[in-house]
Amino acid sequence: MKKSASKSASQTELPLGRAARAADKKSPARGKPKLKLVKRPAGAGDKEPAPALPLKVAAAGSTAGTTAAAEAIASGAMALPEAAGPRRRATAETLATKQREISVAEFFTKNRHLLGFDNPAKALLTTVKEAVDNSLDACEEAGILPELLVEITEINQERFRVAVQDNGPGIVAKQVPNIFGKLLYGSKFHRLRQSRGQQGIGISAAGMYGLLTTGKPVVITSRTGKGRPAHHFELIIDTKKNRAEVIVDTEVEWEGVDHGTRVEIELAATYKTGRRSLDEYLSQTAIANPHARVFYQPPKGRPQQMFERASSELPPEPKEIKPHPHGVELGALIETLKSTKARWLSSALQEEFSRVSLAVAQQICEAAGLDPHEKPQRLSTGDVEKLHRAIPTVKILAPPASCVVPIGETLVHAGLAKEIKADFVVSCTRPPAVYRGNPFVIEVGLAYGGELIQGGEAADDDDGAAAGGDDGGAADQPIRLLRLANRVPLLYQQSACAIFGAVTETRWKNYGLTQPRGSLPLGPMVLMVHMASVWVPFTSESKEAIAHYPQIIKEVKLALAECGRRLATHLRSLENRRHEAKRRSIFELYCGELVESLHSLTGREKKKLKQQLLDLAKKHTGFDEDEDEGVDDAVAAADTAGRGGAGDDGEED
Amino acid sequence: MAKQDARAEKTIQKLRAMGLETVREVGAGKNPSIEIPLRALSNVNFNERKQIIELGTAKQERFLFKVGMARKFMQTFLVASACKDLLEAGKTTSIRDLYYITKHTLGSSRANTFEEQDESDPIIEDLEVTIDSLREELNLHASNKGAAVGDITVVDSGDTIDLRHMGSGGWSVPSICEPNVIQFKNNKAKYVLLVEKDAVWRRLNEDKFWLKHHCILVHGGGMVARGLRRFLYRLHNELELPVYVVVDNDPWGLYIYSVVKQGSINLAYESVRMAIPKARFLGLSSFDREQFELPPNVTIKLNDQDKRRAEQMLKYPWFEKKQWQKEIQHLLKSGVKLELEALSAKGISFISDRYLSQKIEAKQFLV
Repeated sequence: MKKSASKSASQTELPLGRAARAADKKSPARGKPKLKLVKRPAGAGDKEPAPALPLKVAAAGSTAGTTAAAEAIASGAMALPEAAGPRRRATAETLATKQREISVAEFFTKNRHLLGFDNPAKALLTTVKEAVDNSLDACEEAGILPELLVEITEINQERFRVAVQDNGPGIVAKQVPNIFGKLLYGSKFHRLRQSRGQQGIGISAAGMYGLLTTGKPVVITSRTGKGRPAHHFELIIDTKKNRAEVIVDTEVEWEGVDHGTRVEIELAATYKTGRRSLDEYLSQTAIANPHARVFYQPPKGRPQQMFERASSELPPEPKEIKPHPHGVELGALIETLKSTKARWLSSALQEEFSRVSLAVAQQICEAAGLDPHEKPQRLSTGDVEKLHRAIPTVKILAPPASCVVPIGETLVHAGLAKEIKADFVVSCTRPPAVYRGNPFVIEVGLAYGGELIQGGEAADDDDGAAAGGDDGGAADQPIRLLRLANRVPLLYQQSACAIFGAVTETRWKNYGLTQPRGSLPLGPMVLMVHMASVWVPFTSESKEAIAHYPQIIKEVKLALAECGRRLATHLRSLENRRHEAKRRSIFELYCGELVESLHSLTGREKKKLKQQLLDLAKKHTGFDEDEDEGVDDAVAAADTAGRGGAGDDGEED
Repeated sequence: MAKQDARAEKTIQKLRAMGLETVREVGAGKNPSIEIPLRALSNVNFNERKQIIELGTAKQERFLFKVGMARKFMQTFLVASACKDLLEAGKTTSIRDLYYITKHTLGSSRANTFEEQDESDPIIEDLEVTIDSLREELNLHASNKGAAVGDITVVDSGDTIDLRHMGSGGWSVPSICEPNVIQFKNNKAKYVLLVEKDAVWRRLNEDKFWLKHHCILVHGGGMVARGLRRFLYRLHNELELPVYVVVDNDPWGLYIYSVVKQGSINLAYESVRMAIPKARFLGLSSFDREQFELPPNVTIKLNDQDKRRAEQMLKYPWFEKKQWQKEIQHLLKSGVKLELEALSAKGISFISDRYLSQKIEAKQFLV
């Protein structure tokens, strides 16, 4: 080691070389020295990637690490002449004593904002959200119509107790500590199938947050079926070891519940109402999950709310699929080919990927210049790179859509109509599309007018009052945009989301709304955009915004255009009705005058003439014979007719 | 007055027929409409033989149930019923008065049946052409415009008025000059002299020009109104008096002359009883400046609008004749116009003592 230090030719490489050896010493079994080289300087000596760190997390960690490494290299290089001086600050050995594994739990304790616990208001929402997501996923997987109870109890101003109970299948006692006490433990990560949860972080992180801020354990009660005992657990998460410490594990009586799970977490939080509140989240959840019934007991003595279900049919079960070759990354491809059980390259492609037939596999091999009978495990990295380059050149069917379950046009419509009393509701579900090999479906629901207009007017009346914030309905207010991913409402980071981008890029002027440049259109409208996918590309682990994939933006825009066109038709027909009503009132005014003149000229009876003229006026202003209540009722008539008009577009109420 | 009553009865019948037709259409569930001969440039033509502007055959249909027409439709019948009341009462009234008679607020709205007289006047004209009855037959008249003095006596509504003793103001020419109102007596005039404006007419009256030259002196106060045109027409046709016209030397003056001569587009339907194709254009001619050696400082430069108007006039069929082309082109070439008052530069009574008599004697006029 002294030798290498004195070799001035490799001075700049010196710290790296040292690090590599140091790291090797500590964990000689590890296989990828390259990665470790980068890792060492990252945490100034005390950070190592956790062995089981999954792809996403590792990626995040290594990005941070790389930058830090670069800095360290730079500073190391510059500091070297000094370091070469008389006093050495640390040796590889002393450094090695500080180098140890970081648990994911520890990592997230320090970075809890990544999971959505940046502030007390958000923490409350995130906790409920994670629990509700899990409950809904569990119910749907078990084929049970979800019935949820969400209770928020105020302990004091800054401390709340969240309880979420479901009628799901329950959790086997053995697994409870893992599911609630271990980060990155779950059933959903390794498969390509649509679900709300993805990583297996959420609920454990919520429990961890509660523990950190209040010291109270997570309380879980679960029962898997009638005749089986209910288990009551109290867990504390050991952040260093990333596992749960069970404080209490007893069998209890659970009256009135055959199966289901109840999670209770006490945490530092604040309760707010408004745009990005828990109440809003639950209301949007109800829209996106029309098959779920949710009871909600808000804190502070507010009355209980019930979000009734609009459909008692469970959404079809999403199928699990294999990855699609388009969009597979090189590393993943290498890994797949290495671990495949197939004996030939062509059969490996067929077995490990969806939509690859023998013909397609052969085409890929041909395009890559590889022998289809090659042993996939023996391919060199260079060969796999060729293969990776060849894949996009071959036409492959889009991935099967059966793995993606959208809410569906009818239910989007029903969900919106249930929660928002609007005059006009349309919905549109796009056919499945693909981004980076992942199939997804975009749905848009649009509600216009009705109580949204009144809400706006009310807000105008008390002018400047804080109440104006929530209803977002006035004609000169921006529309309310609801973003959903796999039926989960996204409440934060709107402007960072691909959906927001697609909405603002759409030219709403063409659909009869005013729109300030680069912002949401204005009007009494609620716009809901849902992305259903086997893997929703969030910009962060807190799942607040969808990444800007061009394919996603394109699909959203197409769906918006579809709904927009129907909105335009509706608005035009409203405008026509208004115009017709005005015309008719003008005609009626003139007819009265004309009757006087005609009577004076011809001596004919006024009453009969007037009636005849009014009948004619109706006929000539496009009103049906039976709608003869007069001008004041014209608006009501316009409404009914407006809905009829939407029916022309194939929309069923 | 039995004749008057019979005429009124006939007009009432026409108005009633119009009403009945509409009642019938309403009863049949049709969108009621009235056909109105179109009073626009596109529907007038110049009758070469008669040398007058005539209304064409094109008609516009005015529907009740069309947004742009409903108001006018209502107004047409409002005016019709008001006229019927007038005729039945045997009274006449001014078109301004009719505007006030028919103006009222519509129902509970803020709108009125008519907002301006400018709105009601064209409706009256529409009604005239629609039922083919003149304003006079609807017992409507305009305000008096224009004055006359001269070597003639007229009977106006039974009163005998000697136009030789009218002082400085003259006899105000009524807007209805139909034979049943105005009759001529004891005519010694040899021609009629129409001057464009009041100021020049006063000069000539003060100089007793009409007495010296045995003529009838009239002015129209600018554009010649219907009453005066009818008066001139009857003098010309019944007494066979030539009509001389003296106007400013500018496109507007020429236009006044052309209305007297051939009629106007708006009142093309009246041309046949008002136009005087043989009316003589005495002056001012654009050549007068040289002929009478007028000083250059009395001229006014032609503006762009004047030039455009003059160029349009060159294309009018009734100005196609050589002498007119020459006259207008000279006006354009000189680039200046002359007012009648410019003649006063040569002396206050230059117009009466020399200009007019010299021109008439030398037959220096255009037709």
